[in-house]
Amino acid sequence: MTAALPKTPAGRAVANVPAIRLEDLTLGYDRHPAVHHLSGLIAPGSLLAIVGPNGAGKSTLLRGLIGELKPLGGRIIGDLAVRGQFAYVPQKDGIDVSYPVSVFDLVAMGLWERRGLFKAFRRADTDAISHALALVGLSGFERRPVGTLSGGQLQRALFARVSLQDAPVILLDEPFSAIDNATVDDLMVLVRGWSHEGRTVVAVLHDLAVVRAHFPETLLLARQAIAWGATAEVLTQANMVRARGMTEAFDDRAPFCEVDHIGADGGHGHAPHGHEHGHSHGHDHSHNHSHDHAHHHSNHHSHDHSRDHSPAPQPSSPRSTPG
Amino acid sequence: MDWLVAPFAEFAFMRRALAGIFALSLAAGPLGVLLMLRRMSLTGDGMSHAILPGTAIAYALFGLSLWPMTIGGLLAGLMIALLAGTLARFTALREDATLASFYLISLALGVMIVSLGNSNVDLMHFLFGSVLALDDATLILVASISSVTLAALALLWRPLVLDGLDPGFLRTVSSSGALSYFVFMILLVLNLVAGFHALGTLLAVGFLVLPAVTARFWARDLNWMVLIAGLVAMSGGVAGLVLSYHASLPTGPAMILTMGAIFLVSVLAGPAGGLISLVRAGPHRTG
Repeated sequence: MTAALPKTPAGRAVANVPAIRLEDLTLGYDRHPAVHHLSGLIAPGSLLAIVGPNGAGKSTLLRGLIGELKPLGGRIIGDLAVRGQFAYVPQKDGIDVSYPVSVFDLVAMGLWERRGLFKAFRRADTDAISHALALVGLSGFERRPVGTLSGGQLQRALFARVSLQDAPVILLDEPFSAIDNATVDDLMVLVRGWSHEGRTVVAVLHDLAVVRAHFPETLLLARQAIAWGATAEVLTQANMVRARGMTEAFDDRAPFCEVDHIGADGGHGHAPHGHEHGHSHGHDHSHNHSHDHAHHHSNHHSHDHSRDHSPAPQPSSPRSTPG
Repeated sequence: MDWLVAPFAEFAFMRRALAGIFALSLAAGPLGVLLMLRRMSLTGDGMSHAILPGTAIAYALFGLSLWPMTIGGLLAGLMIALLAGTLARFTALREDATLASFYLISLALGVMIVSLGNSNVDLMHFLFGSVLALDDATLILVASISSVTLAALALLWRPLVLDGLDPGFLRTVSSSGALSYFVFMILLVLNLVAGFHALGTLLAVGFLVLPAVTARFWARDLNWMVLIAGLVAMSGGVAGLVLSYHASLPTGPAMILTMGAIFLVSVLAGPAGGLISLVRAGPHRTG
């Protein structure tokens, strides 16, 4: 078996890549859902693109996956919240480039799991950092202050840091925004390499050409899963149109969704969760009905044009949940 | 040379002051650089005023006594830091606004309490310190704070630097960011209390801020920056001390002014982004 396992550049197999299962997951802010009733499986070793319009909840989903955001409802199974299990490149990196540190120092942060607070850097670490920099085409940049890097070079450095982290799951939030094609091509080589090593890679992307060319699996998200499955089947014209009609502004008067009814403020006389235990699985159907209803409602309020589209998206894959 | 050495050979209080300056400078280098990099130089200034009511209340209760004033200042500083941070988190105000409000209240309250004692000498001591009157106990306290600071910074250096550089990343790999920030604030208040004894509440932050921002003009590398900041603090302190001795100037302001002069020269002549280096960039390279 071991021979069949993919190898890291260092020659080690990536072991224990977790399966990530989303069960009726709702994520959001201040009780407004940004990702609504999402169910599905991110299998170990998946190379998954998340696509969708702005405000579709793509970044929110990644933040939920790494445990930075607690679910409003449903759950995530898979130990991503455990440190060292994932590497994450956020959409807006919070790096203070005025810091007087070198590219070497920045990339060396990727070794935190192995070196932590105190352990000294060894010769092997220095070599690993140089190797990671070479992978992203930044050889010779070791001593450069981070403040002197261009946007594309900084993104390359961040990818080098990710590869040093050696994490089984890698999450990238719009890694290629404001990056030129040559850099995208270089970095995609790295992404495919991680995938070949058996790591799970999940990337939020806008460039559908890149998605079609490199990502076998796609989740089309517009708060709810419009479609989740093989990329060619997901990125259809019909699905894209439907996704465009699905994002709405938060509506402060939107009724509470029955499935993740929080607390007992019951404006609609819903019973709090504690009373629903008897049929927690059986009543999925009725929940989804009333949830759909809520959505029609706000659709008609805020987006007249949404009448033109089919208002309630149907799943195109058995993995996705009806919204 | 005699001009430089004689005052120390002759007077014990000058030697004490010298030791105090060395102790303050050792911790001020790294701490001040971190303060500057985190864009907290003004926060440090605000905090230095925030310790005043604590020391003043201790003074009203126990007189000019080292430990009560130290502990009072420490408590007051930490309380204001906590209050300002909490209010900023839960209300519409940002941290700069809450901190400014609290330190103004603290400063006014402190001056009021000290003035109730009806002695202008005491008030001057509070506002400007008395580096020339450091007794053994105070000196040991300042040296201890310096040692503790250096040890703590050595232990937490990685998370302290990384938490400022890329806090989001540090959060994903470690929980040490929050802890290190908390320790950093405690160290800041500790060193402000130490500075208070020597320089008073108005100038206590001087050893932290001026050397650090000066170092920025001489180094692009963090380690060098820390080293240079320490050296600037030390040399500025000693030069100011000697100057004040010969010219009969108030010592605290003389030290801070000397550092200020070094800072201004660095703004002009510093090789790392100083004004002259910007103007006279020279011919550009081919690649």
